[in-house]
Amino acid sequence: MQGPAPIFPNRSSPDSSVSSRFRGALTEAAKAGAIMFGLAFPILAWRTDQNFSNELYLQSRWPAVLAAALAAFVIRFILAAFPRRPARAPAKAEAPPRSHAIAARFAGSAGIAALIAFPIVMLAMFGPAGAQKWIDNFGVQILLYVLLGWGLNIVVGLAGLLDLGYVAFYAVGAYAYALLSTHFGWSFWVCLPIAGALAALWGVALGLPVLRLRGDYLAIVTLAFGEIIRIVLTNWTALTNGDAGISSIPRITFFGWPFVAGPHGFAALFGLKYAPVHRLIFLFYLVLAMALLVNFLTLRLRRLPIGRAFEALREDEIACRSLGIDTVATKLTAFAMGAAIAGMAGALFAARQNFVSPTSFTFMESATILALVVLGGSGSQLGVALAAIGIIGGSELLRELDGLKAIFGDAFDPTQYRMLIVGIAMVAMMNWKPRGLIAIRKPSIFLIKPKPVVGALAQEGHG
Amino acid sequence: MEIFLQQLINGITLGSIYGLIAIGYTMVFGIIGMVNFAHGDVFMLSAFIALILFLALTQLLGIASLALAFVVVLFASMALTSLWSFMIERIAYRRLRGSFRLAPLISAIGMSIFLSNLVYVLQGPRNKALPPLFTEVIKVTHGGGYDVTLSLKQVLIVAVTAVLLGGFWFLVQKTSFGRAQRACEQDSRMAALLGIDVDRTISLTFVIGAALAAVAGVLYIIYYGVINSGDGFVPGVKAFTAAVLGGVGSLPGAVLGGLLIGLIETFWAAYFSSDYKDVAAFSILAVTLIFMPSGLFGRPDVEKV
Repeated sequence: MQGPAPIFPNRSSPDSSVSSRFRGALTEAAKAGAIMFGLAFPILAWRTDQNFSNELYLQSRWPAVLAAALAAFVIRFILAAFPRRPARAPAKAEAPPRSHAIAARFAGSAGIAALIAFPIVMLAMFGPAGAQKWIDNFGVQILLYVLLGWGLNIVVGLAGLLDLGYVAFYAVGAYAYALLSTHFGWSFWVCLPIAGALAALWGVALGLPVLRLRGDYLAIVTLAFGEIIRIVLTNWTALTNGDAGISSIPRITFFGWPFVAGPHGFAALFGLKYAPVHRLIFLFYLVLAMALLVNFLTLRLRRLPIGRAFEALREDEIACRSLGIDTVATKLTAFAMGAAIAGMAGALFAARQNFVSPTSFTFMESATILALVVLGGSGSQLGVALAAIGIIGGSELLRELDGLKAIFGDAFDPTQYRMLIVGIAMVAMMNWKPRGLIAIRKPSIFLIKPKPVVGALAQEGHG
Repeated sequence: MEIFLQQLINGITLGSIYGLIAIGYTMVFGIIGMVNFAHGDVFMLSAFIALILFLALTQLLGIASLALAFVVVLFASMALTSLWSFMIERIAYRRLRGSFRLAPLISAIGMSIFLSNLVYVLQGPRNKALPPLFTEVIKVTHGGGYDVTLSLKQVLIVAVTAVLLGGFWFLVQKTSFGRAQRACEQDSRMAALLGIDVDRTISLTFVIGAALAAVAGVLYIIYYGVINSGDGFVPGVKAFTAAVLGGVGSLPGAVLGGLLIGLIETFWAAYFSSDYKDVAAFSILAVTLIFMPSGLFGRPDVEKV
């Protein structure tokens, strides 16, 4: 439970005696406990369950309610009775030490090296059959989310356009590959750029009317478009087979050589013994290469005029307009780039799963990708990757732990706890460091001596 | 004609529920200019609170009178949901005023994810169904082999909505809180200079929005009889659509927008396709925002430099 810790301002003044401070703290703590009791009262106190005749009955959980209220009481009491020293005056924006930048760069290279080594290490540890699960569920899945996160980062982190329907472009890409390959037999390598182009086209088509809206309206409209696309995919059964989805999508090939046993397969080409894990390793490196390409593109983009325009637009739209930047064209470019990346990620997703259905493209999926960007620190490439590893890898890891199943029962699904924690983390992140964990932007143009700008000091207008 | 009349009745009932939720969106947007994305989930939470309280009253306390149970559940879930909304504002939104543009919205999205998954974890993934309540039906007219009916719960929903909206109108127009609320909405800095406690007014705005959403939640659980932890999202977006359609910031607009959305949705489902009824609402949202961003009654959004 989230303790209502920072809610009430601390009213004790320095000259008040210790006993009155404790009395004040007790009142505050009693209030917090009572509030927690009120919040927990019906929703935690009773669990609704169905009996055999499908009627609801209540199961009481009063100890949990008492524990929650008591926890709130204790936490609030400690916070109020032992106040932190008054915060120092905010330190001047100091230039981050050079070692910081070097460390970040080192972490980046080390991370890439670790990723390249990952399938080999897994093979060595678990053998070709045991490694499949790890390379697929952890490696490929996390990298797909990293790819999506980095794609959305161009839209949200760089250009400051909150896109809540990002998963729609992912769906367009996935269905593009699924339909083109099952109906016309087109190969993955033909479909990949087509999926990207189609998604970008959709991005432009949807973006053109909505991009002149203010930020939060834009977010809601993209959400609406995302839902519309999902509903159409669900109900247009003639094309998409509805909720049943499209199955037996051709698997990925090694530039034409399929990963099958036999004389024409990948294994035969290289004289290896056939193993299904080859396909996963290839997919892993393919997604990794795509992700690194997107990363490289983003880093370059920030130095290009268009990338600078993105960042300027994020900071102050009115100033941009008065400087003659074509805001609609700039926003459309960001939107289309993000969409194209999502489209290609979608094609990779379809190739990984051999199956697509609308249930993979819900709003929660958009929210998860947005959470990666937000929690990773908008604009920070490394942060997004770390968030993906933590959030997606963490819940996959929880799923693997058999001990948890024994405690929580077989129906234990860590994904729900994952989203619960993600929700809290998003709120905490916005309260704590709204500009992200690594909110340091170096100005791209500077005079003589570079001076880093701390994100927290950058004011912005309301565009 | 009979089908039309029946759909009109159904649409007005549904529209009342949307209108009640929409007021919460529009008031919060009016006063602090943020889209309270978690409002739909507050509505869902209130429906759960109502469901559990109703079961507790009837099963544990053995209250036989449905009317008494209804009144108790209505007021108790208004109070408890208000407490939730009050705490949400304190924890998730208060410190973000004056933060960067998208921070409150992202925080609200986080809160929305938190609430729906909290209810999922605490109450389980299944649909929760109540036995049908207030099932009496009045036959209005008959024609073409089709009965036009008006069920007691529809009457109840529209009546409760009307009474509470009347009370709400009185609160906003005639009381000192309402004056403070309207003043903060027009210019919160000026209101603060004139001695209005802006923080308190904003808190109360959240509380009132949540209380009305709780009414909607109670009526929803009576009308449909089923609730699930994921059920806050779609009604939330539709109610937001209603607020936008009526003009964000306008209270009569929110109610009218709610009725319009309810009617459009029911007629769309009756005459075109029920599979695509959500598409109708979402499309209205997009079209309104693109072509008529100030809605029916809203003030145009003037950008000041």
